Amino acid sequence: MKELNIQQQIERKKRSKTFEKAVPIVLFSITIVSVLTTIGILYTLISETIHFFSRVSLIEFFTSDTWNAFSSDPTFGIFPLILGTFKIVLIATIFAVPTGVFAAIYLSEYAPSSVRKVLKPTLEVLAGIPTVVYGAFAITFVTPTLQAILPSLGHFNAISPGLVVGLMILPMITSLTDDAMANVPNTIREGSYGLGATQLETVFKVVLPAALSGIVASIVLATSRAIGETMIVSIAAGSTPNSSFNLFESLQTMTGFIVQVTSGDAAFGSDVYYSLYAVGITLFVLTLIMNMLSVWITKRFKEEY
Amino acid sequence: MTVILKEQGESIESETIQPLNKKETHQTVFSTKNLNLWYGDNHALKDVNLDFHEKEISAIIGPSGCGKSTFIKALNRMVELVPNVRIEGEILYRDTDILNKKQSLELLRTKVGMVFQKPNPFPKSIYENVAYGPKIHGIKDKKTLDQIVEKSLKQAAIWDEVKDRLKDNAYGLSGGQQQRLCIARTLAIEPDIILMDEPTSALDPISTIKIEDLMQELKEKYSIIIVTHNMQQAARVSDKTAFFYNGSVIEYDDTKVIFENPRDKRTEDYVTGRFG
Amino acid sequence: MAVSEVMLEKRNSKRALLDSVMRLVFLLSTLVGIVALVILIGSVLKDGLGALSIEFFTNFSSSRPERAGIKGALIGTIWLMALTTPIAIFLSVGTALYLEEYAPKNKITRFIEVNIANLAGVPSVVFGLLGLTIFVRQFGLGNSVLAASLTLSLMIMPVIIVSSKEALRSVPHSIREGSIGLGASKWQTIYRIVLPAAIPGIITGIILAISRAIGETAPLVVIGIPVALLTTPDSVFDSFQALPMQIYNWVKMPQEGFVALTAAGIIVLLAILLMMNLVAVLIRNKYSKRF
Repeated sequence: MKELNIQQQIERKKRSKTFEKAVPIVLFSITIVSVLTTIGILYTLISETIHFFSRVSLIEFFTSDTWNAFSSDPTFGIFPLILGTFKIVLIATIFAVPTGVFAAIYLSEYAPSSVRKVLKPTLEVLAGIPTVVYGAFAITFVTPTLQAILPSLGHFNAISPGLVVGLMILPMITSLTDDAMANVPNTIREGSYGLGATQLETVFKVVLPAALSGIVASIVLATSRAIGETMIVSIAAGSTPNSSFNLFESLQTMTGFIVQVTSGDAAFGSDVYYSLYAVGITLFVLTLIMNMLSVWITKRFKEEY
Repeated sequence: MTVILKEQGESIESETIQPLNKKETHQTVFSTKNLNLWYGDNHALKDVNLDFHEKEISAIIGPSGCGKSTFIKALNRMVELVPNVRIEGEILYRDTDILNKKQSLELLRTKVGMVFQKPNPFPKSIYENVAYGPKIHGIKDKKTLDQIVEKSLKQAAIWDEVKDRLKDNAYGLSGGQQQRLCIARTLAIEPDIILMDEPTSALDPISTIKIEDLMQELKEKYSIIIVTHNMQQAARVSDKTAFFYNGSVIEYDDTKVIFENPRDKRTEDYVTGRFG
Repeated sequence: MAVSEVMLEKRNSKRALLDSVMRLVFLLSTLVGIVALVILIGSVLKDGLGALSIEFFTNFSSSRPERAGIKGALIGTIWLMALTTPIAIFLSVGTALYLEEYAPKNKITRFIEVNIANLAGVPSVVFGLLGLTIFVRQFGLGNSVLAASLTLSLMIMPVIIVSSKEALRSVPHSIREGSIGLGASKWQTIYRIVLPAAIPGIITGIILAISRAIGETAPLVVIGIPVALLTTPDSVFDSFQALPMQIYNWVKMPQEGFVALTAAGIIVLLAILLMMNLVAVLIRNKYSKRF
């Protein structure tokens, strides 16, 4: 074998420092896009909202209980849209929180690992279903089924889309709660069993309290997702902003309004057009608060084992 | 086993260019002058002055946290991968101060190879593991690479075990084989010096002995500096031994002297197992 | 003595009973989601299988149910994803590489990371408003493939960044050291060692994010993607239709015939998603547990 003289071959090669130095600069520029996106969202929402409030008074927006954007004498009171969102979120969470947490308890504390291996990915399939499909499911299956039980239920109502939004956030609650419970060390459980507690007592008195912050954070996050949910409510909740607490009749959410305006024929530059952004920023702020709250809960109440 | 290794060792020797008589005074390869190192506020190395010589195995021993790993990683400046490291003093590698700003770290590390505590092969084939070094340094010719791979694996005494499965993933090898593969990977760019940071601490006794035998072979051509936790290992393999304690060199001498007739009480306590 | 023992026994059997009742409740709660999934898929198959014909795939949308198909929507969705995928990968993997491998640990980096986490929680309809205002109107792209792709890319970017960062982080430090110790430069180490090792995780994240983007409807409604179009796009500047938009349009139609079309459209959409998820799972299983 002839002498290879590898070191000589290495030294002959000229090294370009410029490229090495350029890489982080290029990557940093790409990273800036995420910041620009946020700036873009804020700029868009804020500047157009300012336009809106140069035409419509802030007082009307926050105090009026009427939202009839398309009338010849429109009133822009955000309350009915927020109430609509609230009704949907309320039904969704009433359904999804106990179901999701209980399912997580089963998966984390009771299910044999073979069962868990099947159930968990199946639940995750639910998380991957597009919301337009959920919307179609709500209007073609859930609403007629509910109407068979509750004859006074309208074609558009709060209950059916509410339940389906709940179904949509269910896997998220289950999965995050399951994670939170999995983080509770087994020594804590064993301590409880050692004192003669049943499995149920161990779950409710030991595991759940220990995992509480994670569970609450997951619920807050899921609520935020429900607030921003658009297609299910656009399809199945109707487009009637109202300030009644009736869950059986047609309503409109903030997201539903945005879809109604953009899929319809609101002229660019009209009051209705600008009201999109006022509603958009309200929605944005609400979800942002919920997301930050969720992060804060996780950080603030992080359990140390 | 030893016989096979010997044969391979001799074939290596026949390829070396310098006909250096072993008993001659060996040149100094590394020399540190008042080397100090801080991790943030933690003064990890204090005024270290050591000389290492060509074609010798120098061992660095000492209790955990004494700075021995930090020291060896300073020699190829890998220690700077940790944030907030500050180094003062001089490290002379064949009379050049490698701490100067203009020093190319890439070039330094081709001269000063390193074998790590835990075997860390790349998630690639055995062949690609060994060819990686030459490739990143611009050697693309397939024939040359084939030669380098075969030669390095032979030098690392693992060729016979892997020659039929060079395309297999390196993760399929045993821990000891992985570590010898990592040695082969280092040899592939023909470094001048090999730093070994507790290379056998994750291995079983049989693999450890294989690596120790291998070091004896490699010493014919390379200078080796090894950090070890294992005092018997230092006594078995090294020519010189440095005892580190609390970031300082307490004693540095021929291995025989360190283990049989140390001058410092602390060295004696450590090598006799009274602490550490 | 005997009395209290009886009481204790009674109490204990009560506890055991409650324990098994609640166990059943927990199991039933788990089944709620599963049953709903089965019903959803069952009802879609029942309504839609009959409408799946060759014409369904070769016809454009139409106001007459018997002549309506998804040709335009399917081709439009393929265009949309073909453009969204590279843009999203470029932005997200670049960002993940910077944050994981290069970013100094300082306030700017922390701000960027918090910002990305918040972007992940922004409702998709708000991304639609961003796309409408910036891409459609200000950049003058109209309701083109490009405008929609840019919008969806930004929307799924946070998801891919997070999963890519995780994949990069799972590459052990020791093998980076191995590369650097051989004199490899930082970029060589990243490009030749870290990225190849992280690529299965990165690809899995990308597939899952893209499959989310395929079914995303709200931003497309907001940017004004047309529902009745008898052409397919020839370039990224052309207007197009999309599968979820088509489904949304059909579900709102009062005529009876559109129920089957809606369901058939959903079957196609779910089939695409199922395939993508299978690929993701296969990749994940093939490459899991390597380090």
